Amino acid sequence: MSIHLTVLGRVDTTAPPLKLPLAAGEVRAGFPSPADDYLEAELDLVAHLIQHPSATYYLRSKGSSMTGVGIYDGDLLIVDRSLKPKPGHIIIMSVDGELTCKRYDMMGNRHYLFAANPEFRPIPLEGRECQMWGVVTHNIHSLAPGFTV
Amino acid sequence: MIALVDCNNFYVSCERVFNPKLEGKPVGVMSNNDGCVVARSTEIKQLGVAMGMPAHQIDPHVHRQCILLSSNYALYGDMSRRVTDVLSQHTPHVDIYSIDESFLSFEGFEPQTLNERCQVMRHQVRRDTGIPVSVGLSTSKTLAKIANHRAKKEPHFNGVAIMEPDSDDTRAFLEQLPVTEIWGVAGRSAVRLQTLGIETAWQLRNAAPKHLRKHFSVVMERIIYELQGQDCITLDDMTQPKKQIMVSRSFGRLTNNKADLHEAIRVHTSRAGEKLRKQQGLAQAIMVFVRTNRFRPDLPSYSKSLVIPLPHPTNDSRELVRTAMAGLESIFKPGIMYQKCGVMLMDLCDYGNEQLGLLAEPLSNEKRERNEKLMATLDKLNREHGKNTVRLGMPRKSNAWELRCEHRTPRYTTKWEELAVVKT
Repeated sequence: MSIHLTVLGRVDTTAPPLKLPLAAGEVRAGFPSPADDYLEAELDLVAHLIQHPSATYYLRSKGSSMTGVGIYDGDLLIVDRSLKPKPGHIIIMSVDGELTCKRYDMMGNRHYLFAANPEFRPIPLEGRECQMWGVVTHNIHSLAPGFTV
Repeated sequence: MIALVDCNNFYVSCERVFNPKLEGKPVGVMSNNDGCVVARSTEIKQLGVAMGMPAHQIDPHVHRQCILLSSNYALYGDMSRRVTDVLSQHTPHVDIYSIDESFLSFEGFEPQTLNERCQVMRHQVRRDTGIPVSVGLSTSKTLAKIANHRAKKEPHFNGVAIMEPDSDDTRAFLEQLPVTEIWGVAGRSAVRLQTLGIETAWQLRNAAPKHLRKHFSVVMERIIYELQGQDCITLDDMTQPKKQIMVSRSFGRLTNNKADLHEAIRVHTSRAGEKLRKQQGLAQAIMVFVRTNRFRPDLPSYSKSLVIPLPHPTNDSRELVRTAMAGLESIFKPGIMYQKCGVMLMDLCDYGNEQLGLLAEPLSNEKRERNEKLMATLDKLNREHGKNTVRLGMPRKSNAWELRCEHRTPRYTTKWEELAVVKT
């Protein structure tokens, strides 16, 4: 198995938080381009991850029902309230007064919340006190031990 | 047309966004130090808990049913900013009046589209922030305020009420509206209006403006024009004494100079502090705002406000100025031509009524003066010789000054360690 990587540029440790310099062009690894010295734009991670700032919230995940889609206990979820949820989306919903994160989908004509872990059963939404909260657009999962997100 | 957008039970609504369990329950938010109830849900109102009621005076039987939270200004300030951001997407003319109210101008918009626009705006605020809002529309701020009240109270409006100044409906409504219900008419003025035979808003609308100006003030004269539908009062005229104090001013010319803003905020905050001391109040939070000229579409527009809680209720100008400056620092954006800035002192409480529990009887003026001098000297020593050079010797007292916020909910939107937890 091989992984394809694209080199974007060096990380400038003196850059302001969240902004990384972007090299002018794509370069093949091992073949330095003179364009590397011309920084033409800054990469803003927040702008990349967040389309609607005033409608975007961070939430903390707790539990193990979503490990199948890579959401683990303690992960940082980025949630956009302004997006319209479609079947298949990972959403936050208030169910019986509790905020829960699941995959929203239909089975026949019925709406369900599905866990991404076979140990959890689907939750039918009919007959429950529930309210849409937001769509999870990204999950930030830390891979460095002791590195807090 | 002018719209007044008012967040319904704002503080409680903010709490409910991140803790849906509070939905449908009697929830109250207490002032700093957990003293008085400063915000109430509909349910807690129905239980008879009054605005400003000291928490310990709530009947124990009722108290047990209520959920009382400490105020969480970091959360309310951030949610307020988000609401204002959404409003700014619908018209460039947004004037923040308080943490939960803004006046919007829809000048130049087709009048017949306004109802729908405001419905869309209302739904977007609810969707993006979770905060329910009501919208009142008319041609003046006073009438917009009345319309907003109706939008909240009369379900058929569906949250957006328009009052045309000359319609039969408006007339019928004003005819039964007591003058006490009008924005800016205080209880005492209402009593005096009654002696002149003016009891309803409609009677006031038809009174002689110049005559009433002599008896009352220029603001009363303007209220009459406002009731007729002319927009003529400024928000500075109408800050309610005792609840909030606003000082703001436009610059003589546009400026992008940070020093100008610093200077203006310093002057405005000092002035607000003076006003606060004059009415013997203490502020619990301060809002700083800046904005560009809305009538210059050729320039980048920018409008930003920030609410900062004060560590303890205060009327010390130095502390107010320091806090306001820190606020300005974080909302100032370089390269923008600013037209206006200002501050608002919020959630005021009475000096004589402070909830420290150690002043068994109200202080005499002489004693108060001595106390103030003492505090001033203390501050000076600590300032010049380093923090905590001199401290009060009575542990009870210093404990009392500590901010009590035992029931404060997490700062869900401003602290990484306190994010809302979602079950996965």
